Amino acid sequence: MADTSTSHNQSPPGPIEVRFRGGGFAPRSRRWVGVVVFVVLIALIQWGTQTGWISPLTLPKPSDVLATFGELWESGLLFKHLQPSLTRLVVGAALGASAGIAVGVLIGLFSHVRAGLVPLVAAIFPIPKIALLPLFVIWFGIDEGSKYALIAFGTFTPTVVATYGAVDNVDRSLIRMGQSFGLSWFSIVRKIVLPGAMPGILSGLRISLAIAIILLVAAEMLGAEYGIGAYILEAGALYDLERLFAGVVILSLLGVILSGVIGVIERRLLGWRT
Amino acid sequence: MDIRLESISHRYGDTEVLRDISLDIPTGQIVCLVGPSGCGKSTLLRLIGGLERPSEGRVLQLGSSPVGCLNPLTFVFQDFALLPWRSVKGNISLVLEDHGIRGAKAKATIEDVLARTKLSDFANALPKQLSGGMKQRVAIARALAVNPAVMLMDEPLSALDSQTRELLMDDLVSLWSRQPFTAVYVTHNLAEAVRLGHTIVVLSRRPGEIREVVTIDTPIQDRSAGDPVCQRKHDLLWELMREEARAADEELIDG
Repeated sequence: MADTSTSHNQSPPGPIEVRFRGGGFAPRSRRWVGVVVFVVLIALIQWGTQTGWISPLTLPKPSDVLATFGELWESGLLFKHLQPSLTRLVVGAALGASAGIAVGVLIGLFSHVRAGLVPLVAAIFPIPKIALLPLFVIWFGIDEGSKYALIAFGTFTPTVVATYGAVDNVDRSLIRMGQSFGLSWFSIVRKIVLPGAMPGILSGLRISLAIAIILLVAAEMLGAEYGIGAYILEAGALYDLERLFAGVVILSLLGVILSGVIGVIERRLLGWRT
Repeated sequence: MDIRLESISHRYGDTEVLRDISLDIPTGQIVCLVGPSGCGKSTLLRLIGGLERPSEGRVLQLGSSPVGCLNPLTFVFQDFALLPWRSVKGNISLVLEDHGIRGAKAKATIEDVLARTKLSDFANALPKQLSGGMKQRVAIARALAVNPAVMLMDEPLSALDSQTRELLMDDLVSLWSRQPFTAVYVTHNLAEAVRLGHTIVVLSRRPGEIREVVTIDTPIQDRSAGDPVCQRKHDLLWELMREEARAADEELIDG
């Protein structure tokens, strides 16, 4: 009886379209959104400073910063500051990153090296490298040497950690394959381990290079005639907000350019990834 | 070159995986190893190929390997094990480079093995562009390039769908009938075993022991899906394995 009563009481439901509940969680390239965020933010500040809603002591006018930047360019001072900064960045980061990749690969390959160095790296990593600058000045001299050392030291540890993690993540079945075909140890490292670790190493470099820029400024603030850091420090001491911000913008651009360069390298080297 | 296994036993810690396996693998034949999951058949293959050392017993190579053989014991893996950053051609040249074969000689070898596996048009493709069946054919081409004395095939078709599996089985049969090779073929699929094996070795569940050795006399190029002899062998093998497979399935891992 129960089945007849239910069939009487409940008329069969009409067709209902299945509700969509998939999608999302898949990042897609939306390049222009980043640009729009920048433009909106700068336009807002320009409007705020123009109308006096933001006092000139809080933020400089973006148009004034641009003008300062133009002056810097025209007077040639820009390159006078940029050239030593870039040299320090390139030399220091190259030293630190290559040493970091080498040590990271060794940690990834040899258990003894891992057992010996991983605790050491863990101990060095959290030290604010800036705190060691006076020490570096004694060790490497007041001029360029201590600045190279500071940047190299700062990029070294994150590169080591990223590299040995990447080596650990190389597909073991590929290594077994290499062994089964009688490849030499050196070939396996060069043709299987290193290319397999490359994605991890490059994403580690993104972080290391950003740290290198931070340390570059720190080093220059402590003693340099020319350099972006020195320029920012001088502007800050005079509370010259336009120049301060011009310097900061240069640093941001440097970061964007470096990140873009790594992106290009990734596309060139890692086109094989699915 | 023949392979002889002399009373091989193997243990991982306290777990005994293989017990007292003695077996001859004669030249020019395909020996299939079948058994329930976890019976140690892939382990046995790695022992034969020297990727692991047996706890007891020895693996012997009898006779010399053929002329021009670069790597006598050559694996074909279930997961293909292709380097994703190298093209089809590059993956094959990888195994030649270390034996000092480069340039024109390498090119000739690569072209030959690609033609034999019907991959000539895909020499420059990357693995990510290929289907599973194509990837496994690249892996087979790579194995052929080193002119192996014995092919060690570890469930080579298990990662593929059943249609692709049929096609690749046909390819393997025609490869073998054009130029007979020696192979140890590990599989859990009895249809593959009766299709490709001259000898089928049935292993028991863990610890793996040889339970039965079945030979099929029908030449492999004459075997077809509905062949009554093959079907009888298939049913016989399934009878042998049924209880073992059930028991193995109900076992706790690490239990």
